[in-house]
Amino acid sequence: MSTKFRDLLALEPLTADELGFLLDQSKPFQEIQKHPLKKLATLRGKTVALAFFETSTRTRISFGAAASRLGADTMNLQAEASSLKKGETLLDTVFNLNAMKPDCLVMRHAASGAPNYVARHLDIPVVNAGDGTHEHPSQGLLDALTIRDRLGTIKNLNVTILGDILHSRVARSNIHLLGKFGCKFTLCGPAMWVPRELEKIAPGTPIRCVYRIEEALEGADVIMMLRVQTERLNDPPLSADDYILLYQLNAERLRRASPKAIVLHPGPINRGIEITPEVADGPQSCVLEQVTNGVAVRMAILYLLISGATETDTHPALQMKSKESANASD
Amino acid sequence: MLLIKNGRVIDPSSKTDAGLDVFLDGEKIKEVAPAGKVAAPPGTEVFDATGLIVAPGFIDLHVHLREPGQESSETIETGTRAAARGGFTAVCCMPNTKPVNDNASVTRFILDRAKAGGSVRVWPIGAASVGSKGEAIAEIAGMKEAGIVAVSDDGKPIATAKLARQVMDYCRSLDLPVMEHSEDVSLAAGAVMREGVTSTRLGLRGMPAAAESVCVARDVQLAELSGARLHVAHLSAKASLEQVRWAKSRGLRVSCEVTPHHFTLIDEDVQYDSKFKMNPPLAARDDREALLAGLADGTVDAIATDHAPHEPALKDVEFDRAPFGILGLETALALALEQLVQSGRLSLMRMVELFTAGPARVLSMERKIATGQPGDLTIFSVNHSWTYHVKESPSKSRNSPFDGRAFKGGSVATVVAGRIVHKQ
Repeated sequence: MSTKFRDLLALEPLTADELGFLLDQSKPFQEIQKHPLKKLATLRGKTVALAFFETSTRTRISFGAAASRLGADTMNLQAEASSLKKGETLLDTVFNLNAMKPDCLVMRHAASGAPNYVARHLDIPVVNAGDGTHEHPSQGLLDALTIRDRLGTIKNLNVTILGDILHSRVARSNIHLLGKFGCKFTLCGPAMWVPRELEKIAPGTPIRCVYRIEEALEGADVIMMLRVQTERLNDPPLSADDYILLYQLNAERLRRASPKAIVLHPGPINRGIEITPEVADGPQSCVLEQVTNGVAVRMAILYLLISGATETDTHPALQMKSKESANASD
Repeated sequence: MLLIKNGRVIDPSSKTDAGLDVFLDGEKIKEVAPAGKVAAPPGTEVFDATGLIVAPGFIDLHVHLREPGQESSETIETGTRAAARGGFTAVCCMPNTKPVNDNASVTRFILDRAKAGGSVRVWPIGAASVGSKGEAIAEIAGMKEAGIVAVSDDGKPIATAKLARQVMDYCRSLDLPVMEHSEDVSLAAGAVMREGVTSTRLGLRGMPAAAESVCVARDVQLAELSGARLHVAHLSAKASLEQVRWAKSRGLRVSCEVTPHHFTLIDEDVQYDSKFKMNPPLAARDDREALLAGLADGTVDAIATDHAPHEPALKDVEFDRAPFGILGLETALALALEQLVQSGRLSLMRMVELFTAGPARVLSMERKIATGQPGDLTIFSVNHSWTYHVKESPSKSRNSPFDGRAFKGGSVATVVAGRIVHKQ
């Protein structure tokens, strides 16, 4: 296989082989996170443009850290500092950024499909850092990496996602990735947020929508929480107390899941709303590992897209790192 | 003087399908006779229609010409040139211009501009309410005197059931059809496409089919209450069609139109490209099936394009931010041939009816090829191969999902008031 990724816009169109390759490529970068000196020279002289047209803290910092640990420089555009409010179109803004000759554009945007639209007009790689309610590919990859580390596999698991699935790009990316490895999905939340159409968004992947959390957690290997966004609680009007009553993940409910089940949350967490502090901080929670893995996955993405590397020509420094870690575990 | 000879005349109003010559003198049809029988005087311009269909002039009940006010997207001149290229001889222009066509002076302005630079007939539609704001009834009588053929608050429905009823009452007394953009705006709020598996997969906000059909239900019941002529614009949903069928079965004066894009494309075709964004949005697979059945069985009265030009600066943006609407005038006939006739669903006669006698009936007009009738003819082929390239369009806009599509058959020549206004 000579996989070559031009852009990373979504996980939906990628094959299991391609997704597995991305995850494998992240492995050496995971090791680097443990080193006291984390900076490589792999992308020295390259520039990554970070264009966040929607507020973000951790994803922006994570991509920034990933670029910098690869030795690349970054240029930052934030929505509030941009000229969008002066009436410039998205394309004009992006063309202006591109005229400063970055080697890759990482973008977040509130409109679903905005990265696809931009990528059609640019000849540098575009990485989707979250678009509207469509996808969040790097989050999907870092979640898979976290699951693989904890459970040893991402194959044939029972995955339960709780919350506002309809408006979640994280849920979609996870479904499209894990679904290709035989995972089965149970989606659960208030009916307005969990429409039946979701059962058909990934043909070939078993997805069921249920409306009782007890039923949803039964036998789950992986529980993915979604942040309940306060703005969503307002449209449609839904009381936070009602949500807690019906859908909050607490220790008692968690006992219905598989004993080895892990709990993921893309953050930021609303403690006491969708999840109790006890569960969020408990042994089954992987929240902080997810964040660490986020940097590794994003290093792999930037490395692959900017260097144009394929499976057959992985960077020598990385192969070395890879071997070292392999030796270490022997 | 113009002689269209050797053509196959298809005229649904008289169920004619025969080889006939049509002789036009001045602005009217002078004589229709078997091929070779017309004794045209010397100096008559002759158009050889061998192998071509000669039909009554096509009418489009639903276009946006954007003048006055949005001339960077379209003008009466450019829009009617696109109409002529597409085979239309008359277009009804919606009132959502800037300013809104809600009084006689705007109506007269449109008609003056059409007279000065229009390629085809322009029949304005007046606003139902002042500024189409849904508060006070517009100066409908004054606009009727100036030349409107119908009223509509198109772009949105007449805001309240009460006002819709009052407009219908008033228009019944004025004998004008009320054209409704039927949409429950609360159900459609924020939506950019039809709700379904595709909208859920793409993460684009969807409006359910019910956003249209609950308003159609409202409107047909108000048509019964008022006795008015109600025309449902750009009907897209199966449930809406069932409402119209119900109304017709009760003998109500209710009609409807369907656009070529709704009988050709479905929500599954939507990509992150604003040329797939229009309102009503592309519907579900079974809605399209229902529309095709309705076009065949007579429930649908007309094919209308909802030609909605938007200049690239407005339309070439993120899907969520783009305005609704696509071009339609130059591809309507070819799409109808492809989807309706070549697919074997409709006869050529029925398809022609949907472009001629059907829309004419909505406007209480006649459309036929006979002595003394206006000299409007649409001459088209059912088999020549061609490709639609939107960059060659006379329209000022480029927002078509059919750019680059190959067709078999389409408009060849358009005759308005005895004159060839477009020839391929």
